[in-house]
Amino acid sequence: MTSRLARHAGLLAVVALACMLPFVLSNFRLFQFTQVYIYAIAILGLNMLTGYNGQFSLGHGAFYAVGAYVSAIMMDRWHVPYGWTIPVAGVICLVVGFLFGLPALRLEGLYLALATFSLALAVPQILKYFEHWTGGSQGIVLSKPKAPLGLPLSPDQWLYFLTLAVLVILFWLGANLLRGRVGRAIVAIRDNHISAEAMGINSALYKSLVFGVSAAYTGVAGALSASVIAFVAPDSFNVFLSITLLIGSVIGGLASISGAIFGAFFIQFVPNWAQDISKAAPWAIFGVFLIVFMYVMPFGIAGAVGRIWIRMTRSRVLQAGRDPAPAHHAHTTT
Amino acid sequence: MTRTRKLLIAVLAVGLAGLIPALAAQTVVGVTATEIKIGNTNPYSGPASAYGTIGKVIGAYFKKVNDEGGINGRKINYITYDDGYSPPKTVEMVRKLVEQDQVAFVFQTLGTPTNSAIHKYVNQEKVPHLFVATGATKWNDPKNFPWTMGFQPNYQTEGRVYAAHVLKNHPDAKVGILYQNDDYGKDYLKGFEDGLGEAAKKMIVLKQSHEVTDPTIDSQIVNLKNSGATVFFNITIPKFAVQAIKKSHDIGWKPVHYLNNVSSSLATVLKPAGLEASRGLITALYMKEVTDPQWKNDKGFQDWVAFMKKYYPEGALDDQANGYGYNVAILVAHTLRQCGNDLSRENIIRQAANLKNVELPLLLPGIKVNTSPTDHAPIEQEQLARFDGERWVTFGELFDAFRKQ
Repeated sequence: MTSRLARHAGLLAVVALACMLPFVLSNFRLFQFTQVYIYAIAILGLNMLTGYNGQFSLGHGAFYAVGAYVSAIMMDRWHVPYGWTIPVAGVICLVVGFLFGLPALRLEGLYLALATFSLALAVPQILKYFEHWTGGSQGIVLSKPKAPLGLPLSPDQWLYFLTLAVLVILFWLGANLLRGRVGRAIVAIRDNHISAEAMGINSALYKSLVFGVSAAYTGVAGALSASVIAFVAPDSFNVFLSITLLIGSVIGGLASISGAIFGAFFIQFVPNWAQDISKAAPWAIFGVFLIVFMYVMPFGIAGAVGRIWIRMTRSRVLQAGRDPAPAHHAHTTT
Repeated sequence: MTRTRKLLIAVLAVGLAGLIPALAAQTVVGVTATEIKIGNTNPYSGPASAYGTIGKVIGAYFKKVNDEGGINGRKINYITYDDGYSPPKTVEMVRKLVEQDQVAFVFQTLGTPTNSAIHKYVNQEKVPHLFVATGATKWNDPKNFPWTMGFQPNYQTEGRVYAAHVLKNHPDAKVGILYQNDDYGKDYLKGFEDGLGEAAKKMIVLKQSHEVTDPTIDSQIVNLKNSGATVFFNITIPKFAVQAIKKSHDIGWKPVHYLNNVSSSLATVLKPAGLEASRGLITALYMKEVTDPQWKNDKGFQDWVAFMKKYYPEGALDDQANGYGYNVAILVAHTLRQCGNDLSRENIIRQAANLKNVELPLLLPGIKVNTSPTDHAPIEQEQLARFDGERWVTFGELFDAFRKQ
């Protein structure tokens, strides 16, 4: 009980700290943190699918793109306020993801990874094809939203708070989903779908639903990115985005909620550090970082943090019979 | 409760009010008595990384400038970041340059979508956004975007060049056009139609478009042939240009064939299409082709080779992009010299919009850079060249797209 309380207090402290950042950091840093939160939402979506449910996706950049374009087209064509476009993008991606999840049921493991990869390859080209709506390869230029109700916030500060709010809501929803009955069913399918079905879990339905929810999270992230970057173009959503999200998911810690945030920090800042270290071969440096992280933290950053936490509070955790560390959830079959 | 809340809000508001003036932009940023900071983004990785050499050759040229004492005693501190040709990354990197590194201006940011993503931002922040590396026409819009300036001839300019040539040499021609159905194709088409003016309605007998996703354009070529067109303006990217040249050759259609500069490469278009089929094609050039032997004894070319060997030995001497970057780096150095000691952002853009008859070593002879407060398109002259089966041979006089014919 005390450990649960301590955890809630810790979470509150983190959120409070996050709320103070806009008054301490420069607008540029805030913009970077906003991007971290956006990535974190997308990675949590991917984590649900890959980490918790064991379905591989190399194509989540496609859902991110769909979310961004839904938001951008609504703002650009129909002048819908950006706030409304975010849930709409989520719902559309939910439907798209669910529909894609149905045929994906027939594909397992690497085959599913390839199928989703083809999605990531196809979407930028498809976007160019519907030029009338999407602006083709030139994309759509948007206006950066200003703070509403005359709040004395710069656009960067406002977008930071908006993104943080969406992040907190989606993480809270995600945590409730994954830690409850549904979450146990999702994990059971990953661990052994035959015994899961024997226990009465409708594996096909759950798998498609997870696909949909996962896509919805990533789509919301994409919609937020459209407002934050104030521009969408097919080149913003190339294959590398999908791979970046997967990197964030694995490095942060698969099947971990907090891991999504760690992973987001990694994919936002490590490429920049790599570039600071070596201008000539930043991606080689990035590769070294990746390997070191995977070697030192085989269960991702969240797993490593969790282990340290266990070591520090071993007796208390044992008493509470509850493990705050996600390490033992980590999906290690590959 | 409400009282404390009010107090809190008041404290917050005061705190913010204190912050805001501190954020207000100074006019002289990124300049000290000994240094000028210049920002740039280039795709050193990702799908367009072949262009990354432009960012490097510019850095090499600034090293040369610094070795020779800098500009008015100031060394150039050139900060260039990789954006991987990804617009969100460009936004992040340009914001880093402007807000954190505090550069005086950004220049030669590469790519049309990438520059589109920062277009509004740099203009809101009033940061000069000079000589961008893209052929789109929208960079020349000083009324709405007074801080942005293009560099190379844009697609509309080039379209006008062909139109001028058609009007002069084939006034009675029937014109057929094939264009890619997007901004790029329409940009060219608009320049060409504007250039023909009144005559456009009478002369253009058929316009055919294609999508970039189409597998082939054979049927469009057949339609164009059947329309009886005697002049063919071919606005396609290399893949389709190859098909168009081949197909029209195969079906025995021999119009006067104008091929947009985008597809003028010997290696990626003319050779695959067949050198014989390519003979007689007309395109517009503005730079000396670095692989063309006719420039072997040209001073500008020789200077470039000497520079490359000394400052950028790992750069390829047969890569036109290295010539391009050299030209544009010289232009920015020229602009800064023209600024004298006033390196405020206002003066930098003012001088960039006041370039008169500047010559660059690798521009074709006679082509000069000219800008004005209402003209943010530095290079607007081009010269036509005809393919003789081996190489492009320039002919005729220079075309100035906006000179009254």
